[in-house]
Amino acid sequence: MDIVEVLADAIRVAIGPLAAAYALAAVGLNLQFGYTGLLNFGHVAFLMVGAYGTAITVDQGGPLWLGLLVGVAAAVALGLLFGLPTLRLRADYLAIVTIAAAEVLRILIRGPGEDSLTRGVFGIQRFGNDFFDLNPFPNGEYGIGRVSFTERGLWVLTVAWALVAVFTVLVVLLTRSPWGRVLRAIREDEDAARSLGKNVFVLKLQSLVIGGVIGAFSGMLLAIDRQSVNPDSYLPVVTFAIYTVLILGGPASRLGPIVGAVLYWFVIQFTEGFAREAIRAGWIPESVLDETDIGALRFALVGLGLMLLMIFRPQGILGKREEVLIDAQ
Amino acid sequence: MRPRTRAWGAFALLALTGALAVASAMPASAQEDDEETPVDEPEFVRGRIQDKTKEPSKPLEGVELTAKKGDREVGEAVTDEEGSWEIMLPGPGTYTVTLDTDTLPKGVGLRDEDKASLEVEIEEGRAKGLIFAIGERTTTSRSPAERLLNLGVQGIRVGVVLALASVGLSLIFGVTGLVNFAHGEVVTFGALIAFFLSASAGGPEMPLVAAAVLALLAGGLFGYVLESGLFRRLRRRRSGNVALIVVSIGLGLFLRHVFLIIFGERPRPFTEFTVQKNFDVGPISLPPKDFVIIGLSLALLVAVGLLLQGTRLGTAMRAVSDDRDLAEASGIDVERVILVTWIAGAALAGLGGVFQGITDKITYDMGFTLLLSMFAAVILGGIGTAYGAMAGGLVIGVTTQVSTYWVESKYKLGVALAVLILAVLIRPQGLLGRAERVG
Amino acid sequence: MPSETAAPVTGVAPEPGVAKPDPILSVSGLRKSFGGLVAVHVDHLECQRGTITGLIGPNGAGKTTMFNLLTGFDRADAGTWSFDGSQLEGMLAYQIPRTGLVRTFQLTKALAKMTVLDNMTLAATTQRGERLRECLVRPLWRQQEREIEARADALLERFNLAHMRTEYAGTLSGGQRKLLEMARALMVEPRMLLLDEPTAGVNPALLQSIFDHVRELRDDGMTVMFVEHAMDVVMGISDWVVCMVEGQVIAEGPPASIATNDAVIDAYLGAKRTEEAQTGGGG
Repeated sequence: MDIVEVLADAIRVAIGPLAAAYALAAVGLNLQFGYTGLLNFGHVAFLMVGAYGTAITVDQGGPLWLGLLVGVAAAVALGLLFGLPTLRLRADYLAIVTIAAAEVLRILIRGPGEDSLTRGVFGIQRFGNDFFDLNPFPNGEYGIGRVSFTERGLWVLTVAWALVAVFTVLVVLLTRSPWGRVLRAIREDEDAARSLGKNVFVLKLQSLVIGGVIGAFSGMLLAIDRQSVNPDSYLPVVTFAIYTVLILGGPASRLGPIVGAVLYWFVIQFTEGFAREAIRAGWIPESVLDETDIGALRFALVGLGLMLLMIFRPQGILGKREEVLIDAQ
Repeated sequence: MRPRTRAWGAFALLALTGALAVASAMPASAQEDDEETPVDEPEFVRGRIQDKTKEPSKPLEGVELTAKKGDREVGEAVTDEEGSWEIMLPGPGTYTVTLDTDTLPKGVGLRDEDKASLEVEIEEGRAKGLIFAIGERTTTSRSPAERLLNLGVQGIRVGVVLALASVGLSLIFGVTGLVNFAHGEVVTFGALIAFFLSASAGGPEMPLVAAAVLALLAGGLFGYVLESGLFRRLRRRRSGNVALIVVSIGLGLFLRHVFLIIFGERPRPFTEFTVQKNFDVGPISLPPKDFVIIGLSLALLVAVGLLLQGTRLGTAMRAVSDDRDLAEASGIDVERVILVTWIAGAALAGLGGVFQGITDKITYDMGFTLLLSMFAAVILGGIGTAYGAMAGGLVIGVTTQVSTYWVESKYKLGVALAVLILAVLIRPQGLLGRAERVG
Repeated sequence: MPSETAAPVTGVAPEPGVAKPDPILSVSGLRKSFGGLVAVHVDHLECQRGTITGLIGPNGAGKTTMFNLLTGFDRADAGTWSFDGSQLEGMLAYQIPRTGLVRTFQLTKALAKMTVLDNMTLAATTQRGERLRECLVRPLWRQQEREIEARADALLERFNLAHMRTEYAGTLSGGQRKLLEMARALMVEPRMLLLDEPTAGVNPALLQSIFDHVRELRDDGMTVMFVEHAMDVVMGISDWVVCMVEGQVIAEGPPASIATNDAVIDAYLGAKRTEEAQTGGGG
């Protein structure tokens, strides 16, 4: 077994575009769930509309910048669509409705045939060329030792983490202001906030929309990196994974989404790599686990991790125990 | 009672089910390796034409099929002595595969004449199986009213199974306030247990009826384990509602992918009652198994209703749902009521999974697919009550099934979810039963 | 024992629905039923400006429900009510505090996961920093925030909470939470407070302190109405007492007249007996 290669691979993924995109999605979710307490289980829909907004625009002949604008606009629209009717619901109903709405949207995108706007199950490919044309890095390999990226990877990576930084700062500024103070009050007790004259509904809607737009950026980033969108990449399980990232890092903490995403992808990639090597080396009998099971193993681990984190360390790595939601009501 | 012993019980059961499943999956996967979908290969459609009205079913040789993309013919095939056929396709896309009914033997035809041409969407590197259902040649085609009626009856079948599966979801919410996102996995669990007991090559190969009864019991046991091993502890720690929802989501995700590792990705049917000759009652034409499922489910649902209405346990359950503190103060053993609710609810969900597996196929995520429809049913009917789940299940089942008369069936789940969203938005409080008081 | 200052409600007949000389809150035809059960049915009720009104009644009399209706936390089936010139019916819960009518809750809603100071500063109204467009630019709201903090500190000092300023509110005792909730309500700069059982769950040592604060507020010109079901407590502090039974106002008047009112005593003694058999909240 080449443990060094497994390790290098895990580090590569943990600092790569994928981790950055998840960090970004978690920054958005942090505003919604971490600071406002909105149990938005349809977060993946924001990623989806961001990605599809971009892909469809370019696919129909528009420039990429317009596609990005469309993606953001779609996320705002989705936030309003989700929020206006649902934000007066209780947390559990909100969770059910958002997960259902995200699925309905996915089914609608998936439904039509190859010649439709969304191209149904086939998805849309190769719409990010404009982005890669802007790549300032010359051809070559960049990195230290075995952890290295191509110029393409480095370009995506740089933009991705820059976006993470920008939106992290934005969320920090927002949440440290009196506006953010009202959000935290809403998270703990909406009625208390109302009894003090706070317009809870509007603030929740603002939080949902801003978090959704940040999610849309994550979706656009992932889609451009892969140069492909497909409805089946936006299953509810993605939302659950983003929750795991956030709770791992620490809900309502500034750097929680970043730490969570890096650690999440490191653990996932390392476990997968290790399991693959172990199967090849014959340490794990194929009857128990073979290489096709590794994807399933990942999500089983995510589920287990989410459950255990929520039970034993709901404040994650960076959150404050005193502020987490799990305490006695 | 000693909690530690119970935790070990939970682990033992999980280990046992795991071991059982792995053991029974082993020979099955060895045997079926050749059927695995190859990756990085060209795209295929394939299938097997068999006359299943005969016992044993008889493969049909020499049946001709053609595949078209748009108007362009891209491939053709003739079935071999096994009845098998396969067409290699030029790439991913939407194809129409047509069976030439003239090449079928005399007296044999398609069960549904409209289904001689099937549309199929193939993704990159995938192979897909197509089923042409062979049966007695039916000459009369149905009127729209008859088709709607049949869809309605199918909807009732979908609805009662849905109701059966979701009664537990609703009752558990009623007595504990938990919105259990892992309830779908209880449904899958029941179906998988029945599958490994009856249909798996290495398993005991019991009759499905016996396996279904055992699946019901196993479901109950599973409910017991989840409640006493996990959710009771969390309640004792006074975990908040939001935390519990996240925990149940994690649990569901974990179980679902453990099922995937054990069972595999491919949908598989039970070996019994797979294809049956339709049984006609007036204009209604359904396979006998559907009538049996409707009958059994309705009987069980009525039994649950009577139990809730007429027994002390049922009264206690409703009392706990109404006001837990008051129930406790009036001497009801609330924890016991909750445990019984979990066991009963999970048992019904397990059986619901078996029924679902009989009418459809068994997949590792069948319960999760059903989960959102179950939420729809439960919320539509009024969460927390058994009758609500039953009524909601029927409405959702019939609505979605009948909707396929106008809407393509791939949007079916969308229809159910749209009903759910509308229900929550229009009458969240009314559906909940009662408004919450502030202060 | 009547209150020390002269009650400004002298000369008003002690009968249900009577008009007051200077009502700040006026309720008419207020109705609410849950299922078939009528929870609140108040024909007319007025509350005199600058007084302390005690609202008493046995468990389930509809006191909390009435508070919920008046403050928009529950929707009335019928009725009109006005506060100091504003019609309140139809307003949303968050709009009512802005008219100057602020409530507290029976189960304290001190925000346990925020600091004491954050609880206080949160409550100030018309904060520029709460507007999304301005909150990102700190200089726009820094000055206002300082003023709010100064006001909060003064109130914390007054309510003996200054030493807990930076602690999470969750670390406060039950009585301190009640004080915090009251102080926080004052940050809204109300003209009338509706206090829902300000003494519930409070250590007896703090009871007197809470009442002293209520009296001080009244002396500063505030109107206070509070729910309580321990009768003796109410009598000592109220200028006027309203008694509700089964959703209706059965009596109102100065404490002395209520203490001797037969209907009140009957309702109380009758209810007391059933209450002993039960546990649970009031209202």
